Amino acid sequence: MSEYNFAYLDEETKRMIRRAILKALAIPGYQVPFASREMPMPYGWGTGGVQVTAACLIPEDRLKVIDQGADDTTNAVSIRQFFEKTAGVAVTEETARASLIQTRHRIPEMPLTEDQILVYQVPIPEPLRFLEPRETETRKMHALEEYGLMHVKLYEDISRHGTISTAYAYPVRVEGRYVMDPSPIPKFDNPKLSDCPAIQLFGAGREQRIYALPPYSRVVSLDFEDHPFEASKADADCALCGAGDSYLDEVIVDDAGGRIFVCSDTDHCRARRAAGHLGAEGAPYEEADA
Amino acid sequence: MEVQLLSGGFADAPVEGARVFRAVMQAMARPGRIERLEGARPPAPMSVAAGGVALTLCGPDTPVHLAGALDCAELRGWLAFHTGAPVVGREAAVFAFGTWEALLPLSGYAIGTPDYPDRSATLVVEMDRLEAAGMRLTGPGIAGMSALSLPEVTAFRANAARFPLGLDFLFCCGDRLAGLPRTTRVEAG
Amino acid sequence: MYVAVKGGERAIDNAHAWLAEERRGDRDVPELSVAQIREQMTLAVNRVMAEGSLYDPDLSALAIKQARGDLIEAVFLIRAYRTTLPRFGATQPVDTGTMRCERRISATFKDAPGGQVLGPTFDYTHRLLDFALAAEGEGPAPASEAPARAGDVPHVAGFLGREGLIQPEPPVDGVPPDLTRQSMELPASRALRLQALARGDEGFLLGLAYSTQRGYARNHAFVGELRIGAVAVEMEIPELGFTIELGEVVLTECETVNQFTGSKTEPPQFTRGYGLVFGQTERKAIAMALVDRALRWKDLGEEDRGAPAQDEEFVLMHCDNIQATGFLEHIKLPHYVDFQSELELIRKLRREAGEGREAAE
Repeated sequence: MSEYNFAYLDEETKRMIRRAILKALAIPGYQVPFASREMPMPYGWGTGGVQVTAACLIPEDRLKVIDQGADDTTNAVSIRQFFEKTAGVAVTEETARASLIQTRHRIPEMPLTEDQILVYQVPIPEPLRFLEPRETETRKMHALEEYGLMHVKLYEDISRHGTISTAYAYPVRVEGRYVMDPSPIPKFDNPKLSDCPAIQLFGAGREQRIYALPPYSRVVSLDFEDHPFEASKADADCALCGAGDSYLDEVIVDDAGGRIFVCSDTDHCRARRAAGHLGAEGAPYEEADA
Repeated sequence: MEVQLLSGGFADAPVEGARVFRAVMQAMARPGRIERLEGARPPAPMSVAAGGVALTLCGPDTPVHLAGALDCAELRGWLAFHTGAPVVGREAAVFAFGTWEALLPLSGYAIGTPDYPDRSATLVVEMDRLEAAGMRLTGPGIAGMSALSLPEVTAFRANAARFPLGLDFLFCCGDRLAGLPRTTRVEAG
Repeated sequence: MYVAVKGGERAIDNAHAWLAEERRGDRDVPELSVAQIREQMTLAVNRVMAEGSLYDPDLSALAIKQARGDLIEAVFLIRAYRTTLPRFGATQPVDTGTMRCERRISATFKDAPGGQVLGPTFDYTHRLLDFALAAEGEGPAPASEAPARAGDVPHVAGFLGREGLIQPEPPVDGVPPDLTRQSMELPASRALRLQALARGDEGFLLGLAYSTQRGYARNHAFVGELRIGAVAVEMEIPELGFTIELGEVVLTECETVNQFTGSKTEPPQFTRGYGLVFGQTERKAIAMALVDRALRWKDLGEEDRGAPAQDEEFVLMHCDNIQATGFLEHIKLPHYVDFQSELELIRKLRREAGEGREAAE
């Protein structure tokens, strides 16, 4: 731990990231350029989230890291170990006990509180990127609030498929101004972005952007009056804890292609089983599961 | 003076800087909320809170404007030693420090460009009094409504009307600090 | 009954242990030393220094050893290390006119002051496997050493410049931007472009440069000059009030002479492209010069032919192999949450399409 500065980054770098975070909070949904540093983990593996977390961490924090909703996925484990080593912070898998949560692709099922910060890892921060590959063009579109291209794309979806065919990284409008990519969370999670008591920070390392949602920001998923946004999930209950309202992963369990559905949020599932809930395929909760 | 110039920084910069930033971030994210900042001991007349902001956010890349009584040799020396931030006129400032009266008029500061609205100044305002009472605040970061003892209403309304361009504010009184981003709508209490 | 898989932590530990074992290979074979890599794999060391943006042959050799010879992985190790280093300041621009040239050739003149110096090049080797090297005997006898030329070696482009035949490159005042300390802003200045190219992936630049030769924004390049050698790195110390020499770095510099431009008001002039890279890295330096030249179409009043090498945003945003490899390889990470949302969507669309067909029948 003594070989590196607290939370790895040098103080000058942290100051630069901190200034970007404050401007991001002041202009919700706008992507603030920042001089992302090379981290000891690859671009695309959470370097943006890691830099934002490093700039925010205090020794009193209790850190939770999830990937796909799970605490023990390999990349989540790797990032958690990085901060245990470089910042010496306490860690937890329990959402309720965490003061700072770094996530890739999910928002925890348990509602967040004012005492928590949620840091998202973002691969492509620009919601218009797949419609217009040029940064020079998309920057103009945001400046002019020219989001027609996005509506055209969504409308073409409807005319081809009868519905908007974006299932994750579903674009949102923040406080009636900036269109924002919520990172590749399933659209099931989109409603949790809005009116959230926690600070939400988004870090894209390779693309050198930081953006933010202050608490209680109004975040609306783009849609049409006759085709309203719908947060969807698999039409099933969790096989382990029986939850009918959490986002589910599909798991193939035998060679014949038999499948069950289980909670993507592993801590949510654990807490429900600890509270006595049991799904069709679940084993009664034991302490060793924790 | 030499001694004062070299002292007054953070004893443990990485850790104290982190705590100060968390407080500043909470203040900026939740307009009306008052946070406490400890650790910095800048020369008078700069407050502990404003000193903490300087130590945590200012560096060689961030030109700073010192308005009114804050533009003194002691503070210039302290800032140069602890942050390396160059002292400039208001037009070029990324951060400006001073009392509300000394900082006025607001027209001189950078408010960003349509392409880069983040390239705008943050004003760090020294206050005689800072309470979660007075003007009524609504907007992002606020559940319903909050209140803050702001020096006036008009300037903040005009600033918010220019969104996404505009200035952002940090108000300091002793070791206490509150934030007001450009998104906040201010009304007389 | 179903029990969810766990154990990410143990899997990682085991993978790391296995990786270390594989890196070492057969323990009956002596271990490679960092010094051996530094001395005998010099071109690999040079590439890692160039794309890693850190001039340190020892660390570069260490990175190659640690990366099991995967040069992009070695570049990554160096990049991650260099960002943690404190910055003391900026040096004076190096003067390649004072280079102690090991190699210096010009394709545009038969001879020039300073001479054609072939140096340690593969150029005229016959690419036949040398089985004598496999025998691991004593190496070849040392090469005979020519007396080093005293004094500076003038740039070939300078001779053309004296006649006004080549477009001048006036010195630019002010501190150039630093790619490693600020985010890329487009359109980029030439200084920023050259920085990005200098640390860009050799393979990517090679392909782009080749495309310009095959007609995608062809600008007909001659190698005006290619030189490789050591130059002094100097820094002005304000406290001392004078400049001190910090040491030397070996650089490869390539200046191309390209097709001329001109107009009714301006007489025709040759144009140029520029490459400057750490170490002996001539393929990279030549490729850099060609791509630099292709990117200058706007400055030189040429038309945009829509060629990849002319597209600044395309080139600069994709030439960094550390960014590219990270993002490419991140698709190995679990994406099952997103995939699940797509699965549900596609099932729903197929269901609705099926219902639509039934209703129609």
